[in-house]
Amino acid sequence: MATITTATTALPQRDYLNHDHSVASWLLTKDHKRIAILYMVFVTLAFLIGGIFAAAIRIELTTPAGDLVSADTYNKLFTMHGVNMVFFVLIPAVPAILGNFCLPLMIGARDVAFPKLNLLSWYVFVIGFFFTTTAMIVGGVDTGWTFYVPYSSQASNSNVFLTGIGIFIAGFSSILTGLNFMVTIHRMRAPGMTWFRLPLMVWALYATALVQVLATPVIAITVLMMAVERVLGFGIFDARLGGDPVLFQHLFWFYSHPAVYIMILPPMGAISEVIACFSRKQIFGYSFVAFSSLAIAVFGFLVWAHHLFVAGISPYSAMVFSFLSFAVAIPSAVKTFNWTATMYKGAIWWKTPMMYVLGFLGLFLIGGLTGLFLASLGLDVHVHDTYFVVAHFHYIMVGGAIMGYFAGLHFWWPKITGRMYNDSLGKLSALLIFVGFNLTFFPQFVLGYLGMPRRYHAYPPEFQVLNVLSSAGASVLAVGYLLPMCYFTYSLFKGEKAGANPWGATGLEWTTQSPPLPENFAEIPIVNEGAYEYSKREMKVA
Amino acid sequence: MPNGVAAHADEHGHVHVHHPAHQHHFQTMQQQQEASALGMWLFLVTEIMFFGGLLVAYMLYRVWYPEAWSEGSEELSIVLGGTNTLVLIGSSLTMAFAVRAGQTGRAPKVIVGWLGITMALGLTFLVIKFFEYKEKFALGHVPGRNFHAEGPHAAQLQIFYSLYFALTGLHALHMIIGFGLLSVIAWMAWKGRFSEEWYTPLEMSGLYWHFVDIVWIFLFPLLYLVDRAHQLS
Ligand SMILES: [Cu+2]
Repeated sequence: MATITTATTALPQRDYLNHDHSVASWLLTKDHKRIAILYMVFVTLAFLIGGIFAAAIRIELTTPAGDLVSADTYNKLFTMHGVNMVFFVLIPAVPAILGNFCLPLMIGARDVAFPKLNLLSWYVFVIGFFFTTTAMIVGGVDTGWTFYVPYSSQASNSNVFLTGIGIFIAGFSSILTGLNFMVTIHRMRAPGMTWFRLPLMVWALYATALVQVLATPVIAITVLMMAVERVLGFGIFDARLGGDPVLFQHLFWFYSHPAVYIMILPPMGAISEVIACFSRKQIFGYSFVAFSSLAIAVFGFLVWAHHLFVAGISPYSAMVFSFLSFAVAIPSAVKTFNWTATMYKGAIWWKTPMMYVLGFLGLFLIGGLTGLFLASLGLDVHVHDTYFVVAHFHYIMVGGAIMGYFAGLHFWWPKITGRMYNDSLGKLSALLIFVGFNLTFFPQFVLGYLGMPRRYHAYPPEFQVLNVLSSAGASVLAVGYLLPMCYFTYSLFKGEKAGANPWGATGLEWTTQSPPLPENFAEIPIVNEGAYEYSKREMKVA
Repeated sequence: MPNGVAAHADEHGHVHVHHPAHQHHFQTMQQQQEASALGMWLFLVTEIMFFGGLLVAYMLYRVWYPEAWSEGSEELSIVLGGTNTLVLIGSSLTMAFAVRAGQTGRAPKVIVGWLGITMALGLTFLVIKFFEYKEKFALGHVPGRNFHAEGPHAAQLQIFYSLYFALTGLHALHMIIGFGLLSVIAWMAWKGRFSEEWYTPLEMSGLYWHFVDIVWIFLFPLLYLVDRAHQLS
């Protein structure tokens, strides 16, 4: 996108990976690119652990009887699946891995604004992960990832406190990352990198950071109060004293609904990058896509009570929240239309990242539309706490967010590692994930509509066929997720060298070598054009 | 070479002349300072949201249980709370003097002096708070299994005291962190690290200290001054 006013570096051998191999150089690194990789290690680990819990859940649900695990164990399985996947995979995956790696490169900076704080965020994350993992090892936790009182404060005899503290700690990692990114975007942009020349990924990360900074402290204090109530007997949510358990739900969802946007906005940013690159076109309606990110972040704060429609809130407030939940669909739809319009009459290049984008569009569409069902008051009463809800949020959080993460990962992998992966296997995995995902979760919409409640290990026999389909889909999905691990690992050792810009993409990160220099750029670039000037360059295929 | 300016060659062999506190990923010292200031303000915003969660609970229960609120509030000592309010306002003033001394390039002992008074006032606050807590323990007003209160509002009174301890406890924790922070800053000032060109850590700790004071300015009326008007007549 930019014309670099400097000669290319004369030191192609030195990069951020090989300039120092010692363990200390990794554990004490202040380099945003290395910190991204440190996050990737733990997020992948958490994804595997969460995946194992999911597998156990799906195996239990192949038969109507609760025969494999007891009801208590089942409660622990879905709780620990949720805790791992929400707080240690979905929240950090795109901002802390891809965002950390790309943000300074994209805006032409040497690093984020506060590199030490960035490293601290990672340590805080690992300490939080350590606490929740310890809680799992010493017996697990069974309240559901939502920690509703009084399950969590009085009824549960599992390791709620340890898990809560782990989430409290990990929350600060998210807050500090958001803070760091906001300051970075405000203060670290290269000369000429105006706000409207920023790649849309940066806009998405900015909107995400806004949510991280404003919402996460609220869950921190809420979980802390729940833990204090459990351990010391404070009574803020205790109905026996006149406390209000629904207040906990309000405070919890004040974070946890916007948290969905922490999960989905950054992948949306990655989608914008990939779709422009592989359609060889200027993104359609740049400013609409940019502002829709901010609109989603802002509206996202005003819809939380749609999780409380059956919790006894006033019908008038429920009507307002229902209306606002419909409203938040508008900016999401704006994005989807703009992406589709970007592909229209584009010279589409069918490579792995683009396959993931198509998967994302399909799954996000279904997830988004079923969200409208849930936002309408009457229908929500019918499907509340059923598999319909489970299917809906998996379409958004796994179908949308993880698919977007994979699109971004396949797009930037050559930049991160300097190596190409096997494109055919990449396409195969995208296909397996798309098919497996739909097979797993589409039957759950039907199950939910027919009335199968979530969070039970046994169910009436008439639901078996759909549950078996779902479990079969989950095995396909598992293969689809494990495949990239194999070909990515292989590519590290045997992959073809990528070169600076294998996709012929615009964007400052593609103007520096792969893997980039420790200091990113030999000279700070000067930017003099917009982010997606694909019309100005001829198609260059690696 | 002017005071506090150092030159060295980086790994490309470029020779830089810059302030020793200047970090390499910033292009200019001004950019670095603006980034620090924005970061600090954002951090304070997260703090507002952090306390905000508790204040929402406070609002709800105050509307629901006005009698318990006025009863609980009357048990708190306006004298001790008021003294602490004055102590903290004073400490904000001396903190501002410390930052001003750094900004105008005064001698280290001036900065350290003002910081010392600020820390002494902070400590005074914590000591008074300690005696207040001690009294609550003696009266059985600490929420939990050993909570003890009489009267028709005893249960809701426990919610009041839960919020009292959560809010003032978190505030006191912030004071302790601030005390530690100022110790480090005082040590840096003593070593002569600050000058007119660069006193960012001093200024940032000042922002933090003022923020913690302002939190107390809200907590004092919210907790100590509920329904006290009748006592004036
Ligand atoms: Cu929601």
